[in-house]
Amino acid sequence: MATEVQTELASGKPAQIPDRPERGAAPSGKPKRASRGLTAIIGEKLIEFIIRVCGISAIIFVFGIFFFVFREAAPLFFEKHKAPAPDAAAVERHADDHSPAHKQFSLKEFLFSKEWYPTSQSNVRYGVRALIVGTLSVTALAMLIAVPFGLGAAVFVSEFCGGKLKETLKIIIELLAAIPSVVWGFIGLTVMNQIIQNVFNAPIGLNMLNGAILLALMSVPIMVSIGEDSLKAVPDSYREAGLALGATKWQLVYRVLLPAAKNGLLAAVLLGVGRAVGETMAVLMATGHAVTIPFFKTDGSFNPWFMFEPVRTLTATIAAELGEASEGSQHYRVLFLIGVLLFSITFVVNLTADMVIRGIKKR
Amino acid sequence: MKTKLTITIPCVMAILLAICLTQPGCSKSSNAGGGSGSASATSVQNIGSDTMVNLAQAWAEEYHKVDPSVSVEVVGGGSGIGIAALINGTADIANSSRKLEAAEVEKAKAKHGHDPREFMVGYDALSIFVHKNNPLTEISLDDLAEIYKEGGATTKWSQLGVQNIPGAQGDDIVRVSRQNNSGTYHYFREVVIGKKGDFKAGSVDLNGSKDVVETIARTPNAIGYSGLGYATPEVKIIKVAKKKGEPAIQPSIETTLNKTYPIARPMFMYTPGNPPPHIQKYLDWIISDTGQKIVKDTGYIPLPKK
Repeated sequence: MATEVQTELASGKPAQIPDRPERGAAPSGKPKRASRGLTAIIGEKLIEFIIRVCGISAIIFVFGIFFFVFREAAPLFFEKHKAPAPDAAAVERHADDHSPAHKQFSLKEFLFSKEWYPTSQSNVRYGVRALIVGTLSVTALAMLIAVPFGLGAAVFVSEFCGGKLKETLKIIIELLAAIPSVVWGFIGLTVMNQIIQNVFNAPIGLNMLNGAILLALMSVPIMVSIGEDSLKAVPDSYREAGLALGATKWQLVYRVLLPAAKNGLLAAVLLGVGRAVGETMAVLMATGHAVTIPFFKTDGSFNPWFMFEPVRTLTATIAAELGEASEGSQHYRVLFLIGVLLFSITFVVNLTADMVIRGIKKR
Repeated sequence: MKTKLTITIPCVMAILLAICLTQPGCSKSSNAGGGSGSASATSVQNIGSDTMVNLAQAWAEEYHKVDPSVSVEVVGGGSGIGIAALINGTADIANSSRKLEAAEVEKAKAKHGHDPREFMVGYDALSIFVHKNNPLTEISLDDLAEIYKEGGATTKWSQLGVQNIPGAQGDDIVRVSRQNNSGTYHYFREVVIGKKGDFKAGSVDLNGSKDVVETIARTPNAIGYSGLGYATPEVKIIKVAKKKGEPAIQPSIETTLNKTYPIARPMFMYTPGNPPPHIQKYLDWIISDTGQKIVKDTGYIPLPKK
């Protein structure tokens, strides 16, 4: 059958395959298509269908994941004063033993309390404020380091260097992206730890700065490749026009290319943010994993050296504790609720990015 | 042609690798059910305490020489993981550095129909570690509680009378602790902080006994707790006194067995019910002189001789 199709195609009369019609030609001038075999048509439909499923699958996956994560967390809001034990006798006895340990879950406490004591014997508290602050502060500090580096490197690779250097740089930057996060964590634990202690006189090298530097190094490659792509997408006529007006290379980059590639560069930064928020293993190993809000000292005054305090992130908490939380317990459900929270954070980040980009486009 | 080759070679290699990796795994799991295979080993899943994982590994390796028909597979992770696996039925033996809680016994009973069996297999002296440069030589449980508990007043080394630790940055005490499901964490909370108390927020919570010691070795400001078996030359074990003014005791085999060292604890192995013969044999061997010698060699404290 396949050969038939081929011969059919090969024997197509030349009159039926005319020269490409000129741009703007009326559709009525479109020639008749060459006829095809049934298998070819079915095959094409099948491939079309498969591709369609691939496209839609993202929606299915996102909603599926959200559904399953939320389903594990949801009972928190509906169960009333129930200890997570399989049979009623154990529930009662447990409740008698230490009744304050299992109180009704409160969303307000979850979001605004900074006390995270999920396995306390006397007073269980699930407050993730310190963890949210930890995630956001590590990410912000990482971006402070990564954005100038990443975008600078993108501009350099795209505009200022050529030929061999460009190729080498691109390959090496991609290599940087290929380093597994656990290896980054290991570097943080051993190398960065010592450097930070010695250079900054920090009492402990496993701290916010350590995690932020690792996250910055991890998100720079994404920023460079996407930033470079978006700079490359700026039409050459812009460059030519700029140069024709007598702009220097720097003026060209600053006044013409950066504004023209704004959307792509913003997307590059936000993908970097997404990577940093979601990163788990490296921050688990390098940030010191301590539940504190680093901006305040014990007496409540502002701590100017907050970047040298150990912090803990939402992702690292899930990674460290989910394995040992018994299935269906309140602790287990709260960890899933943290998952929902993380999901919401990334959703908001992406949504704002989308809206900002749309806003820019409209103008 | 060239591109085709570059794609096919890694593909073929990946498939070969996958086959190589899955093959022994398959044969093992199929034998685990039958248990009668004479040539290949019956596998025993031994999951739990991170404190005990070195010891359990040493036992497993040594026992394989004694009885090649049994292969014990040791997985660490923490007492909580071991107990969860015991309840879920995925562990043949659960290691725990704390006793089962009543609620956990209930859960296991509900799942398996009978109470889990407990085997005491040795002791661990929970040791207090500081950096090797730290001049501190002893500490009382009260001082430890002030450092670690919620609301405790001690945050600076000078409050303990320690000045100028060589290499230290500033005066802050860096508290190294464990993740909140660890058996060691629970034990420390119970005996040092008090069952009703909680840890002071802001401690560096690490996921393994070894991590604690390694972090202290790199951090002159740090103090932390871990198993005696994890001691290295980079860190210093300090003596512990039960109360301020009482004599401080060095953790050792003698002080643990005569109960003068205040924070020693037994180590347990649990089985879901009465163990099958090959596991019973393994547990008997662990309690025997040969098994207990390994306890001593790996830095833990063997059971007293009968």
